[in-house]
Amino acid sequence: MTQHRRRRLLLVLAAASGVLLLAGLVAGGDGWSWAGFTQLLQGPDAGLIVGQIRAPRSLGAWLTGALLGLAGALAQGLFRNPLADPFLLGSASGASLAVVVVLAAGALASQAVLPAAGFLSRVGLVAAAFVGALGGVLLTLMLARGAQHTLRLLLAGVVVGVVLTAVSDLLTLAAPEALRGRQVFMLGSTGFLGWDSCLLLASGLALTLPTAQRLSRTLDALVLGEDSARSLGLALPQLRLVLVCLLAAATGLAVSQAGLVAFVGLAAPHLVRRYAPGAHGYTLLASAAAGGVLLLAADVAARTLIAPQELPVGVLTAVFGGIYLLLLLNRQRDS
Amino acid sequence: MARALWRVWLAACLLAPAWVGAAPPQRIVSLVPGLTESLCALGACARLVGTDRYSNWPAEVQALPKLGGLDDAQVERIAALRPDLVLAAPSARAVQRLQALGLRVVVLHTRSHQDVRHNLLLLGAELGDPAQAQDLWRRIEQQMAEAAARVPAALRGRSVYFEVESSPYAAGPASFIGETLARLGLHNIVPAVLGPFPKLSPEFVVRAQPEVVIAEARNLRDMAQRPGWAALRALQRQQLCSFAGEHYEVLVRPGPRMGLAALQLADCLAAMGKDAR
Repeated sequence: MTQHRRRRLLLVLAAASGVLLLAGLVAGGDGWSWAGFTQLLQGPDAGLIVGQIRAPRSLGAWLTGALLGLAGALAQGLFRNPLADPFLLGSASGASLAVVVVLAAGALASQAVLPAAGFLSRVGLVAAAFVGALGGVLLTLMLARGAQHTLRLLLAGVVVGVVLTAVSDLLTLAAPEALRGRQVFMLGSTGFLGWDSCLLLASGLALTLPTAQRLSRTLDALVLGEDSARSLGLALPQLRLVLVCLLAAATGLAVSQAGLVAFVGLAAPHLVRRYAPGAHGYTLLASAAAGGVLLLAADVAARTLIAPQELPVGVLTAVFGGIYLLLLLNRQRDS
Repeated sequence: MARALWRVWLAACLLAPAWVGAAPPQRIVSLVPGLTESLCALGACARLVGTDRYSNWPAEVQALPKLGGLDDAQVERIAALRPDLVLAAPSARAVQRLQALGLRVVVLHTRSHQDVRHNLLLLGAELGDPAQAQDLWRRIEQQMAEAAARVPAALRGRSVYFEVESSPYAAGPASFIGETLARLGLHNIVPAVLGPFPKLSPEFVVRAQPEVVIAEARNLRDMAQRPGWAALRALQRQQLCSFAGEHYEVLVRPGPRMGLAALQLADCLAAMGKDAR
């Protein structure tokens, strides 16, 4: 029965991905318009608008969502906490700090307040965010002295998050120009994804997903508790370190390309577990697919809801994800 | 070897006209309000095909498609407009994406008088009318000089606090506003090392006792209610320049209306000087 449900969920997710990808090609700056789309296809702009903008953007949104869904499933399994999300270990605050540093450096360098900042300002925001996200997790790992203790790791993650956010705040005080860029980064955006982003995201997913699935038995064993997992002969500290690195890589890549897209990583694994609970090998795969579908759906909605204007996609995922989280908490209290 | 060189030379000759003698852009997108204003001041408003959502002057740009902000620019709509020139500010992700799509993006700072001058001259050259840009800058300079002359001698050297935001953020001497204030002979209470728009401690402002306070009307209205700010002598003696709506916007836009901004400030100071007598 559950086997059946699992297969059905994957089929539904695959179908939804296909439909949404098509919708992503049709939906654009002028909202939903089939006539407009066919006209566009016949015009000279088809290659540019559909081929160079809508297609990579839609695929990129799906891939970003998939990485976040995978990272969310990893985090929840790793910390045995259904409320864990991919940003728990300091990757979000690290990435946002790095973005602020680059933005502020641009502002300060041009004012000749800090001539050395010129170099920093030339570092791309994407590269900075990726390095920042990994740096945040690395700092957490150092503070927690490795990944042996779950609680210590969580606490270190929270501390790193608070401290790095405070440093970003401090920097935005010195360079208020950085504030707007930072805000947009915090809201998440899929609007700047091109084919090069897709290539990066796809290779990231192709590397992290199979590796995570290969280690899924560790996550399954962790469900029983750390002692039981150890008694099964698993080299827990090392395996956990690898899982944390996978989590950091997936999150860092997603964050660097699309900013802090809230709640996709949290909601996707829940969705999967709710409809088709199973071992982690399945949950990881299905969470990635669910994350992709969620973010792509949000992206299509963000483009069309107030067309020709556009909503930041993170606003949509935060609103719907927030409502979903509240429902979830409510249900937990009832049971 | 010689043949390879010959080919390179030939390619350069063929490509050179595209670089040197390129036709002036006819379809321009501006993502910075100050640059939108500059283009229009240079008479190229009709060549604009879209702007960011904050560009609102002159009135005719309000009817143009609004393409998001600098940081959340709508790439697809910009590309669909097929612009041959996009004007942007640095550090925006949109710049890289638009360039990757093959659009010509010119990135400009708008932070100091020098920046504004540089931008005007550059845009003038782009539009194929550098002389007009020179004239425009000369006009701005004249307005600045005229404004400086209008400031009553008694007010020269007075200390000033220009509030850009009530938290409070001030316009420091390094900002274009600070440069205008310096041209008017006022002394900024903010030290230059704090940068263009530093966040100040409220206590700093009270202790600095600026002789003139300049702020947006709605911020100035409640200023005396801030703890301890009632002790500001400038507030007690009404040595204030209060600006609302479009008049305030003129002050905080680095663009061709900087001269007008200086005149506005000078008029306020002149009225203040009259009251003092």
